[in-house]
Amino acid sequence: MREPVSGKQRGATRTRVQRGVISILWALAGVALVVFMWEAVKFVGSFIDLPLNTSDTSMPHVWTMVDAFSNPVVRGSDTTVLQAVVSATLTSLKIALGGFAIGVTFGIILAVIMQRFAFFERGLLPFVIASQTVPLIALAPLIVGLGNRISLGPIEWTTTYSVMFIAAYLAFFPLSVGALRGLQAPSATSLELMRSYAARPNQMLWKLRFPSSVPYLVPALKVSAAAAVVGTVVAEISTGVKGGVGRLLIEYARETTSQPAKVYVAVFGAIALGLAAAALVSALDLYLTRNLPKESQA
Amino acid sequence: MRAKAHSRIAKIAGAATVVALALSACSSSSDTTETAADATATTEESAAEETATDAAETGECTELTPVSLQLQWFVQAQFGGYYAAKDKGFYEEQCLDVTILEGGVDIVPQTVLAQGGADYAIAWVPKALSSREQGAMITNVAQVYQRSGTLQVSWADSGISTPADLAGKKVGNWGFGNEYELLAGIDAAGLSPTADMEMVQQQFDMQALLNREIDAAQAMTYNEYAQVLEAVNPDTGELYQPADFNVLNWNDFGVAMYQDAIWASQERLSDSAYQDQTQRFVTASLKGWIYCRDNAQECADIITANGSMLGASHQLWMMNEVNKLVWPSPAGVGVTDPALWDQTVAVATNTKNLEGVAIISGAPDAEAYTNQYAEAADAALEAEGLNVTGDGFAPLTVTLNEGGN
Repeated sequence: MREPVSGKQRGATRTRVQRGVISILWALAGVALVVFMWEAVKFVGSFIDLPLNTSDTSMPHVWTMVDAFSNPVVRGSDTTVLQAVVSATLTSLKIALGGFAIGVTFGIILAVIMQRFAFFERGLLPFVIASQTVPLIALAPLIVGLGNRISLGPIEWTTTYSVMFIAAYLAFFPLSVGALRGLQAPSATSLELMRSYAARPNQMLWKLRFPSSVPYLVPALKVSAAAAVVGTVVAEISTGVKGGVGRLLIEYARETTSQPAKVYVAVFGAIALGLAAAALVSALDLYLTRNLPKESQA
Repeated sequence: MRAKAHSRIAKIAGAATVVALALSACSSSSDTTETAADATATTEESAAEETATDAAETGECTELTPVSLQLQWFVQAQFGGYYAAKDKGFYEEQCLDVTILEGGVDIVPQTVLAQGGADYAIAWVPKALSSREQGAMITNVAQVYQRSGTLQVSWADSGISTPADLAGKKVGNWGFGNEYELLAGIDAAGLSPTADMEMVQQQFDMQALLNREIDAAQAMTYNEYAQVLEAVNPDTGELYQPADFNVLNWNDFGVAMYQDAIWASQERLSDSAYQDQTQRFVTASLKGWIYCRDNAQECADIITANGSMLGASHQLWMMNEVNKLVWPSPAGVGVTDPALWDQTVAVATNTKNLEGVAIISGAPDAEAYTNQYAEAADAALEAEGLNVTGDGFAPLTVTLNEGGN
């Protein structure tokens, strides 16, 4: 997944700051384009019949959505919708990160076992793949149901843990598959070199296999993070766990009849959640690849 | 490299958005069942003000029995009685420590109960009977709602004042087992839901009706109908008025089915400790419902304090409408009327949905419901000087504000 050198050289002449500013401007331009298209569709729809309903109740104006942020959550409350969305997003982010961490740990352990013992790879991989074909909405109530009967000594199993478990369940898969490929990536010559040094399997793992798996791991981490976020939101919706973005989505969605803009506020929260997770993985990417040969622009 | 990373972020964010939108859409279709129902949060706060009398009554109570109740949906006034019983200390009076488990889109309370995830569950009778037929060993121990809260709402100018007027119209329905009263009503009017009208899957909100995409929409008295009356009529700039709409109330057409009831585990009811606990739970819960009848505003506030995000006027409206479904209870609160039970079973057995499937294939056995607990509870509550039938019950007149605020 490392980009080829060509086509990047132009950027190399710019400073880091310049490149940063330019990429932010591009991102803002993208947002502006979406806003413009939304409003354009609404505008056109007010003159001619489009196949979709463009009335204010179905497609509220962007400024109505932004305005909805400053309303109090319920009348007389000191908390604004913005605060509610921010706190819900943070709650969901915590759950997603917990799920992500568990999923990544489990995924890597699984990959190491599968790499080390071909027997396990043949035996486990089909199950790993099959695990992802179970529809999440079927799984969620099941896990909550099981969770209700789990007792872990002093720790009480709450539905929040069930949601985290579901996030982890979705996150481990891309990671274990990606890590497995990465661990198997070292060339025969590298492996033979290690063997000629009489390296033990553990040494080969730490000194050769892990470092060479990084290029495979990074994209896998990105997919895993996205899966953890999706898993969290879906599981929150499915199980109705309080506090997160998923719950907020339903709560606001059912007020659509009288306040059509409100549900979009929760959608923005879900977007922020995705962005935060992606930013985190990008940071992880920078850290993991710090020792890899940088491409031209380094 | 940076630009590339950004495009990836954008893609992930885009995907997240799409997923979020899709989810909000699917939740809209699958949760309609539960729209009716609401759920609660597991609030740990127990009644703060325990009076001296309560303490005296709990004299022989050395340790509260932990009990869990699974709701169909989030905390809202639909479950007012249970929250009131918890908040006002009625459960504690009965030596119970009740944890109220809120529901969600995919939480099926009777299944949670049957699997042992909760000690009691709130569920609509037809749905619970369907689960029961499929093996969930559960028993209705208190029929809290005495009437159905399901309406078919249409524009007044569409002239739909009886089910027969639905002929030739575009009729919205929620599906997922929420459409049987509508179908039974259509059937009783001598019409076919497929040949004589167009049946449309309806979203959980009422936009389709307000945009006149459909002629009649399903609504619960305590929720969706209020949402319509909280929306601004763009033509007048004022809120929509009840006079703008016609309402078909299935209680008036003999096809209503029993809704919220307290279900207990049938297997565990053979155990005397669980019997005793069930009796105490039913008594305290029904006392909560009596409290909400007489203190609707306070109950609405209790619900809000327990984390409901609904607006104040919507919450009070819901509490008041739910009170109308519970009260009056001529045979005593929580007592199942065999005639209405039979009507529920008849509609559930004889009405086929658009896929040709009935809710249940035959009448349930006698253990599907029992009045033993509700009757004993009513006797005890009456001895406390409480009115258990709610004769002379007068609902409030609630004014809805824009957006339910």
